[in-house]
Amino acid sequence: MAPLLTMHGIDKRFAGIPALRAAELVVERGEVHALIGQNGAGKSTMIKILTGYYRKDAGEILFDDNPVEFSSPQEAQKAGISTIYQEINLVPYRSVTENICLGREKRRFGLLDWPAMHAEARSLLARFKIDIDVHRPLMVYPTAVQQMVAIARAIGFEARLVIMDEPTSSLDEREVRVLFGVIRQLKEAGVSVIFVSHKLDELYAVCDRVTIMRDGRTVQVAPITQLSRLDLVTSMLGRELTQVLQESHDANLSNRDGREPVLEVRNLAAGRKVRDVSFEVGSGEIVGLAGLLGAGRTESVRAVFGADRPDSGTIAFAGRENAIAAPSDAIQAGMGFCSEDRKLEGIIPDMSVRENLTLALMPQLSRRGIVDETRSREIVDRFIKRLGIRCSGPEQRIRELSGGNQQKVLLARWLCMNPKLLILDEPTRGIDVGAKAEILGLIRELAGQGLGVLMISSELEEVVEAASRIFVLRDGYTAAELTGEALNERSVMAAMAHGHEGAPGAAHG
Amino acid sequence: MGMKAPRGPLMAETATTLPPTQRAPRVDVRTMLTRHGAWIALALLILVNFALTPNFATWQTLNVNLTQVCTIVIVGVGMTLVIATGGIDLSVGALMAIAGALAPLIFLGKLFPLPHPAIGIALAFVIPVVVAGALGWFNGWLVTRLRIQPIIATLVLFIAGRGIAQVFTNGNLQVFNLPSFQFIGLGRVFGVPFQAILMIFIVALAAWMLRRTVFGRQILAIGGNERAARLAGIPVASVKQRVYLISGLLSGIAGLIVIARNSAADANLVGLGMELDAIAAVAVGGTLLTGGRATVIGTLVGALIIQLVRYTLLANGVPDAAALAAKAVIIVLAVWLQRQSHR
Repeated sequence: MAPLLTMHGIDKRFAGIPALRAAELVVERGEVHALIGQNGAGKSTMIKILTGYYRKDAGEILFDDNPVEFSSPQEAQKAGISTIYQEINLVPYRSVTENICLGREKRRFGLLDWPAMHAEARSLLARFKIDIDVHRPLMVYPTAVQQMVAIARAIGFEARLVIMDEPTSSLDEREVRVLFGVIRQLKEAGVSVIFVSHKLDELYAVCDRVTIMRDGRTVQVAPITQLSRLDLVTSMLGRELTQVLQESHDANLSNRDGREPVLEVRNLAAGRKVRDVSFEVGSGEIVGLAGLLGAGRTESVRAVFGADRPDSGTIAFAGRENAIAAPSDAIQAGMGFCSEDRKLEGIIPDMSVRENLTLALMPQLSRRGIVDETRSREIVDRFIKRLGIRCSGPEQRIRELSGGNQQKVLLARWLCMNPKLLILDEPTRGIDVGAKAEILGLIRELAGQGLGVLMISSELEEVVEAASRIFVLRDGYTAAELTGEALNERSVMAAMAHGHEGAPGAAHG
Repeated sequence: MGMKAPRGPLMAETATTLPPTQRAPRVDVRTMLTRHGAWIALALLILVNFALTPNFATWQTLNVNLTQVCTIVIVGVGMTLVIATGGIDLSVGALMAIAGALAPLIFLGKLFPLPHPAIGIALAFVIPVVVAGALGWFNGWLVTRLRIQPIIATLVLFIAGRGIAQVFTNGNLQVFNLPSFQFIGLGRVFGVPFQAILMIFIVALAAWMLRRTVFGRQILAIGGNERAARLAGIPVASVKQRVYLISGLLSGIAGLIVIARNSAADANLVGLGMELDAIAAVAVGGTLLTGGRATVIGTLVGALIIQLVRYTLLANGVPDAAALAAKAVIIVLAVWLQRQSHR
């Protein structure tokens, strides 16, 4: 029989920038197909084109042997393609039945036919062996049950292809097992599933085949059992292992003996994504935090900075333990943090370069609450020159600057405070190559002057190049600490894939 | 500006990739309209009035319009600060009523015996304003500690406040004649109404504060991007708390002005609909309703525009109901202009 879904030669550009280049995806009938790739690889775009959220620029889609081009997710749903998103988008205050039947209510004589709808909801849930009172509001049930209801709703009775976009990110282990049971049932019923996840264990647990995407292209399609974890990671990150050469490191960078530790994190746990993370940063040292998406890198550093509340563990900074309850504490103690999302958490778009640059320094720049404009201007001028920030002047609005220059302003926001430790979460994301090199050069220069740097980057080459030590996180645990001879892309990828002896989950694969 | 010696081919390339030279004029008209639209509108209104309205160019007219607009501007200043943080304060009118109900109770000696009339008058200024400020602080507490949306949090006092004021006064109209207290609403300094001087002082202070102090910067940073502000170490909760406190204090002052002007306090009427007038003045003045960009002077101009339109229509024989419709049109126009600049 022909495959259920064939997406062939799909092209898509956003504002002239290619997001997909001749991408391919073939899903067989009754198979669970993993779709994986780094951020920006094109997975989401691919799915959104399939479900009619975006229009493709070129290529063809065959669903059940017919060429299709859906103009809206509703249309795709009607044709039997259901999507379950990461967040549960249901109405928590309404009953289970109402949630399941939302948008396709049964009517009788123009009125809602409640008995029929309750019966439908009950029988649908029974398929997934869920026995709950369908009259009660959805919010009284735990997240996993809500997730199941969302799935039941999405699948209804007529879905033939179910797309799950990181369905496990809000579930705990037991709930994940229940979900996997449901996926297997779907498969038995002949329904196909596209499963998007960054957790490698899960792929091996439920998927049959895998499509790996990178830079908008489909780079590999294979039965999952034929690929090792290392193969998956290598394929996703796009480094041929044979080409990975051991980078020689600056001797004084890798030598950390005699350095005082600035930050020591021990057995940190925070929320669902950080289970047991330990790492440390010395003064004048660049330390990398590596890991796949969802490994808990960002969540760990946010807890360190006081942006999120840690559940347990110790964070010792500048000689004091667990003294940071809010970002303002961290800043006062001498820490700076550039968030991964510049727009959402970095810049104040309507403010000038000057106001953005001095935002954290303001209390020190003022006397009796009045900003010392002269000093502020001096400092801003100095940093614009030193970091080579290209703008029409300190009064230009930051939103008008390029990504690279915005990032430099944010770096300057912390550098002007003379910090002991700078945490950089994806400092080069969305920045052109030239600015990237400048920023990395700057980071190295600052470390040379004694600043401790903790850096997260999804670009492995970048971290391996810059850092003298890398801690690899995997599923919320510190999987490995790599330094000196052991510090190369190959070993980092191996640790990202397998973890380390002793780390839970390492037994797989 | 000639920092580097330009090379031929590069110049040509930048010239072809950057066509803003053609687009610039259209953008300029637009930004000018959105940035200075309020000033232009005010100037036009004044010119129209010079031409149309009899006896417009008199002291009398200026004083009438200034006194009409005072309370809206004073409350509008607080509203501007609240809106600059991305919030809103619906309770201002009710807080005016509470302050207005409290003051006569105090200087008439109904609340507690007064050792000396002068003390009564002093307390009649201080206590109502402090109470209104405390209630504003309560608004801020709801918003920051209980994380209730500002529109809901301040709705609490919008509804309950006027009731509280009526409980104080048993629903009675309180009439009085006390020139020393009423100076705030009726007094003049060198022929200028005292309330106008007070208004200008408050506007100037707030405008300076917003531009030059850490607090002002923090307000705008929070409204511009709250998450970024928090990560930059700004004490978001405490700043918001203070902003609502200020809004409450200013409402209290406005309440006193209204009762002083009327020689009577009616808990049903003092500050009625003030929240909407103040928000309208803020919007017309060019403050971004989503926060992050605010102008206190703009609020003054916005209030003047609304007042002048009404005055123009009334002075030329148009009924008050039609004037209300005109007010609505101005507000829609102002908000539409704002949206244009955000494309």
